[in-house]
Amino acid sequence: MADTIFAVSSGQPPAAIAVIRVSGPAAFGTAERLGGRLPEPRRASLRTLKDGAGAVLDSALILCFPGPATATGEDLVELHCHGGRAVVAAVENALAEQPGVRRAEPGEFTRRALLNGRIDLAEAEGLADLLEAQTERQRRAAIHAVEGRVSQAVRGWMDQLAALSAMIEAMLDFAEEDDVPLDGAAVTRIKSEMHALAIAMLEVVERPPVDRLHDGIRVVLAGPPNSGKSTLLNLLVEREAAIVSPIAGTTRDRIEASVLRGGVAYILTDTAGLAEDTADVIEAIGVTRAQEAILQADILVWMADTPPPRADAIWLHSRADLPGREELPEGRRLAVRRDDDASVAGVWGVIAETAAALLPREDAIGFKRHQQEQCRRAAHALLAAPGADILLMAEELRVARQALAEVLGVSATETMLDALFGRFCLGK
Amino acid sequence: MFDVVVIGGGHAGTEAAAAAARRGARTALLSFDRHGLGAMSCNPAIGGLGKGHIVREVDAFDGLMGRAADQGAIHYRMLNRSKGTAVQGPRVQADRQRYAAAIQAMLAAQPNLAIVEGEAEALVLDGDHVAGVQLGDGTILPTRAVVLATGTFLGGRLFRGEERHLGGRIGERSATRMAEQLRSLGLPMARMKTGTPPRLNGRTIDWAKLDEQPSDTDPWTMSPMTAARPLPQIACAITRTTEETHAIIAAAFHRSPLFTGAIEANGPRYCPSIEDKIKRFADRNSHQIFLEPEGLDDPLVYPNGLSTSLPTDVQEAMIASMPGLERAVITLPGYAVEYDHIDPRALDGRLALGALTGVFCAGQINGTTGYEEAAGQGLIAGLNAAAYACDLSPVILDRASSYLGVMIDDLVLQGVTEPYRMLTARAEYRLSLRADNAETRLGGIAEAAGCLSPERLAHRRRRQEQQATLRERLGVVRTASDLARAGATIAQDGARRTAYEWLRFDGVTLAHVAPDAGQDCDAAMLAETLEDARYAPYVERQAEEVARLRADEQIVLSSKLDYAAIPGLSQEMIDRLSMARPATLAAASRIRGITPAALSAVLLYARKVAA
Repeated sequence: MADTIFAVSSGQPPAAIAVIRVSGPAAFGTAERLGGRLPEPRRASLRTLKDGAGAVLDSALILCFPGPATATGEDLVELHCHGGRAVVAAVENALAEQPGVRRAEPGEFTRRALLNGRIDLAEAEGLADLLEAQTERQRRAAIHAVEGRVSQAVRGWMDQLAALSAMIEAMLDFAEEDDVPLDGAAVTRIKSEMHALAIAMLEVVERPPVDRLHDGIRVVLAGPPNSGKSTLLNLLVEREAAIVSPIAGTTRDRIEASVLRGGVAYILTDTAGLAEDTADVIEAIGVTRAQEAILQADILVWMADTPPPRADAIWLHSRADLPGREELPEGRRLAVRRDDDASVAGVWGVIAETAAALLPREDAIGFKRHQQEQCRRAAHALLAAPGADILLMAEELRVARQALAEVLGVSATETMLDALFGRFCLGK
Repeated sequence: MFDVVVIGGGHAGTEAAAAAARRGARTALLSFDRHGLGAMSCNPAIGGLGKGHIVREVDAFDGLMGRAADQGAIHYRMLNRSKGTAVQGPRVQADRQRYAAAIQAMLAAQPNLAIVEGEAEALVLDGDHVAGVQLGDGTILPTRAVVLATGTFLGGRLFRGEERHLGGRIGERSATRMAEQLRSLGLPMARMKTGTPPRLNGRTIDWAKLDEQPSDTDPWTMSPMTAARPLPQIACAITRTTEETHAIIAAAFHRSPLFTGAIEANGPRYCPSIEDKIKRFADRNSHQIFLEPEGLDDPLVYPNGLSTSLPTDVQEAMIASMPGLERAVITLPGYAVEYDHIDPRALDGRLALGALTGVFCAGQINGTTGYEEAAGQGLIAGLNAAAYACDLSPVILDRASSYLGVMIDDLVLQGVTEPYRMLTARAEYRLSLRADNAETRLGGIAEAAGCLSPERLAHRRRRQEQQATLRERLGVVRTASDLARAGATIAQDGARRTAYEWLRFDGVTLAHVAPDAGQDCDAAMLAETLEDARYAPYVERQAEEVARLRADEQIVLSSKLDYAAIPGLSQEMIDRLSMARPATLAAASRIRGITPAALSAVLLYARKVAA
């Protein structure tokens, strides 16, 4: 009956650990396709998650809870992944590609729990307050979106979609009228405009989400003790006039500094050295925190002589001013010399370049993940339309219109009808 | 004592009365004049895109319109013949008198149905229940249920240039007192506008000058119960407005009640007056006008495309400016009509009024336009009025089942801002809602509702058997090389598929996969099955959507929910939910502007109240 839904249930990434919940009849099958054989019910087990093409996404803890004795009353799987944005996004995308599986709508887990009798009314009272806040937030967000650049962009696309739909619908519903173009050339033109619109939409939509702009990009410096992390942090920070607020913890905890550079906010984190074995309890805590910081990093600057724990790390050759370390070994992006300002500037250059790929462009539009998803759906529908059958073109245009209508909160049909009757002189 | 009294004898009323009687309800059809039953007050055509679909759906319930259309048809045309069957619309032009005669004959032959002449002056109420209908002469018809199908007669006012008349059609009365009563009961009401063109004397038209549009030669019919077309087929003709016509009309804008502010109500965008077309599309220098004969032995001609409320002298000048109409005489000038309608959000999926138990509404009173839309609502209101009065199960159609379901869902959830007309674009499941498969889609529901005649049931059995045989024959497995040998151009990938599955590929025809499958089968049944096969992948994709829709339809919301008390809803959401009073969570989700979080809040509150 119901389809299977998923959502991050542990708050928004980045975080040390992100818990993704999958609920519904296809939950177990989906987890099995991503992570292989499932552990016993209610037992956590480490699995390597892979996407459909076999690419490794993450190594994660999997827990299975057979329905109906679960939070939602359905079969439920929890994936405890590493909490970096990229990891979470990759796992989410792999889930969304599974048949019968989709991203949950806001409040949908709660709704299923209610329907399946998994929440009693006393609990529901408490949830109502939460929902109220959520609804209010959503409403405010919607108002912002309506006034904002997101809606401007989506509205622009919707106008184009409505115009294209109007042409097709005029051919379908008003073919008898002399105001309606009927030739094959018109159909070909509509088809190519659908394609161009989809490409334009994807180009904007595939830019990263906007929230990094607000928090700042997390740059984490990590490596073994005495690899030159603190020195580099100082060099990176001291050469910038605009230090916002250096926050120091204990020397053995991590140190953070906010820096504004080129109009972009960064949070630089120096971590405790990753000593393998330590008997010192406080140092052990420091190491754990460092490992968390590595997972949370948007950009990891790796200072060790062993390969980095993340493939996307910037691997530096540190202390190149020391004797015996003049050569740049294979795999390293840059060498850093304490006595060479240019080498430090080079590090900033690589950081800024990596950040640019993470950040929306300056003229970019601040899409929320949900909006992004709908726009993507619209674009893919437009690309899926076959060339000649205008009925099927109309069907894909309808799917695309419906997706954008949900972002804008308008009626997909009425918008098209407005375009139809505004453009053609129809009716007798 | 009646079970159901239907007020109004137009397309909605006649269909409602016949439907209620077919379900066994003791039914009265109340109308000013029994000879006016089944009158086509505007164009002499039935069907078209979306509309033809509805006619076939009504027919699947053994309704009147399809069969009467065949009895009166003098011109058949399948619209969009070159496109997919999902958007092919059957349309006929019917002889006005023969159509009405066919309707009247079917009503006369219908058991359980009495025809009563008179004016319905008021509803007799017992608390918030209807108990009867009071006639103009004081007589009271006691009844359990009432169907209001008053068309444009409710507070109807006619406009033509500077002229004003009271009435729903020219030369007829208007139901003024009933309109006053409904307003006084606090029902949400508003005004709509529609119009009609001048009628011409066909003997004064120079037909030789004009292009002809012939009737389709292949012998399809509106209803499968019609064995053959009974009447000879005649052609229509096409003329055009000229620059002179446009100049005449533009010079008279100040005399059109549309532009002087006399008519304030909204008219339909897809059925604009000629003066509206010329004002809004000033860049167009000519519009097509179809000249449609109103009957075999009736000289009246309906110029389709010339709806107007301009004064008579302007109408005469404008007609004379068109090719072939230089000497044409106007028999009855065109006019506009403004009338009362109920905000259909006051109704539920049965077309029953929430505020007045036992009262059902159908047709223009619900803010729709068109014969077919009216007939469709009449059918549903009649079936459900009978259900209410005789304690039978209601008939509620959803959007996935039919155009009827789409129309009623749109009306009761979104309301109307202009007269509502069916368009195939309104149906999200358009690929599966075809005119040719209406019986397959709705036959089971109609049979369960007990409204099919023995002949129709026998016809349904035959179809079901043929369909099963065909599907079985198309289950035969064929390989890609089998197809190549049969002459199909497809990729040689060694695939093995059933004939049915192969048919979804471009360029694969029945001859390639199962040339004998159609033996002893009805051609229509075969065409329907082939079309099912062709669009199967799309229909499967939509099936998932439909399953989700139907799951949320199971979650019932009370009609007494106080939406204003639900924390977190915006005022706009509260207004829309309170007006529409959605019956289920799925219905609530379809109301414009209702977000997923708002739905959760509604559900939570509903559960709390129920506990």
